[in-house]
Amino acid sequence: MQIEEFLENSARLHPNKVALICKDERLTYRQLEERANQLAYALIEAGVQRGDRVVTFLPNSVEAVVSIFATLKAGAVFSVLNPTTKPDKLTYILNNCRASAMITGGPNACATAAWGRIPHLHSVFMLDATDAQAESVRAARKHLIRLEDVGTAGDATPPAKKCIDIDLAALIYTSGSTGHPKGVMVTHLNILSAATSITTYLENTSDDVVLNVLPLAFDYGLYQLLMMFKVGGTLVLHDSFAFPTVVIDKMIHEGVTGFPIVPTISAILLQMDLSKYSFPKLRYISNTAAALPVEHIHKLRSLFPNVALYSMYGLTECKRASYLPPSQLDKRPTSVGRGMPNEEVYVVDEAGNRVGSGVAGELVIRGANVMKGYWELPEETDRCLKPGPLPGEKVLYSGDLFRADEEGYLYFVGRKDDIIKTRGEKVSPREVEDVLYGIDGIAEAAVIGIPDKILGNAIKAVLSLRAGSQITEQDVLRHCRTLLEDFMVPKVVEFVASLPKTESGKISKRAIVERQQEPAEPALKS
Amino acid sequence: MHSEMAGQAHFQRDVRNFIVNNFLFGQPLELQADESLLRKGVIDSTGVLELVAFLEGEYGIKVEDDEVVPENLDSIASVAAYLAKKLSSRS
Repeated sequence: MQIEEFLENSARLHPNKVALICKDERLTYRQLEERANQLAYALIEAGVQRGDRVVTFLPNSVEAVVSIFATLKAGAVFSVLNPTTKPDKLTYILNNCRASAMITGGPNACATAAWGRIPHLHSVFMLDATDAQAESVRAARKHLIRLEDVGTAGDATPPAKKCIDIDLAALIYTSGSTGHPKGVMVTHLNILSAATSITTYLENTSDDVVLNVLPLAFDYGLYQLLMMFKVGGTLVLHDSFAFPTVVIDKMIHEGVTGFPIVPTISAILLQMDLSKYSFPKLRYISNTAAALPVEHIHKLRSLFPNVALYSMYGLTECKRASYLPPSQLDKRPTSVGRGMPNEEVYVVDEAGNRVGSGVAGELVIRGANVMKGYWELPEETDRCLKPGPLPGEKVLYSGDLFRADEEGYLYFVGRKDDIIKTRGEKVSPREVEDVLYGIDGIAEAAVIGIPDKILGNAIKAVLSLRAGSQITEQDVLRHCRTLLEDFMVPKVVEFVASLPKTESGKISKRAIVERQQEPAEPALKS
Repeated sequence: MHSEMAGQAHFQRDVRNFIVNNFLFGQPLELQADESLLRKGVIDSTGVLELVAFLEGEYGIKVEDDEVVPENLDSIASVAAYLAKKLSSRS
């Protein structure tokens, strides 16, 4: 089975059912299927071939949803990028995956003015292109197709199938420890396996209405779409949680049954007075990306007494690794549970041998949900996909340390590398440090995570300046903001005379972290 | 009416200063008073919290949960109008 069939099957079974609600638009499965078919034909017409990469660079929107399924229907590989991605990184990714087409629109579409530096890209599908935007694309000898000129109805027949289920369906970019983003290669079969396991334990049916406020570039957000279309449910797509009461009103109005959150959303929710609302339809809340503080779990349980709360853990490389059945939550609030249906997870020591309960080690994931590797990064792939129990088999080493209790429930211990989780997103300190070193006058830079009530971890930059440099915190942050996505921009900057070093003369992150004597930083800047 | 307009212009200046300093870190960006801060990528969900904290700290008002809506907070002009309304209802 291929992922575009999630939409095709639901369009056949529930043609007139509302599949997607986004702002003022409500689209049925049939309408979405027709629009996706039209765009698929336009992609093929533009020269997109089986296995080509097509980048979607749009905010959460109907067009983003249509573009994902259209790309798959054309036999190509989709990659959704966060709309706050800055031009340099966007250019890097377009070149890294050698995208042949890009689907974009809105004010961010001009974020990549560097069309001339992206040789493989031959077609740009743009929504509401201004004359200047259209001209800049054409000047680089690329084909500009106005998205609004692509038909919205007509041929209801999808293009002929070209792929098989072990072909790539998506590249999902994630932070890499080297500083450059890595493309996680997932096949149709990977997505089908993960979506089947997750919808099984969440007990999703076509009666579900899921509210998604997370970016579709984030696998957790993307899967809300894929899973609802798989079961024939309804997705309410929103672009952020910035205005919580707007989201809550929508939840109640649309009779939302499932609400996926990250700890930052829970922190915001718990600051509000929710006593005047009731959520009679809400069936479950799921959390992943980072563990919910136990205090949040207790408060959410009392605010939503009849709602199942799922604590989950995963990484893009396998989509999801574990979930805690809600019935276990009161007994083991700090656990992220056990492996999903049709998946095996276990803890190993440094030599790769399974360890017993209570012993910390690296979590290994075995299942058809595990990615094929990182796009064109064989060495990085070999570091996390290692031989498994069967000859020739590869299993995923998560890079996360866990211990299991006697019944096999998992507890997070820490990370093997220095990746920071902030707002549920992974940030590579190296990526931020590379940007900081680009500022003239900075001698040394180290980026660490510090505890933060809202963000989980806040990014802190510790810097030393060259003699005579007059750089201020404002200068540093302004520079970061132009080159990094919002969640990567440091929240705190500290200037020091020099950074502590190890015996070999390298900057010692450990010593810097140990210096952070203060307890929790205030959640927000004053 | 005249003084209310003048007050709003004053609020717009304060709010713009706060936004430019806190979210753009002084980076010059063409930002119309009625442009959506969210869509322009200037603020996000934690940015809205910071904006609320600024309004409460600077003007001594209490921003109620149901006032945290785009009509009140999604552009420099709407924040200024919200502030003017909020402060006049207090006096």
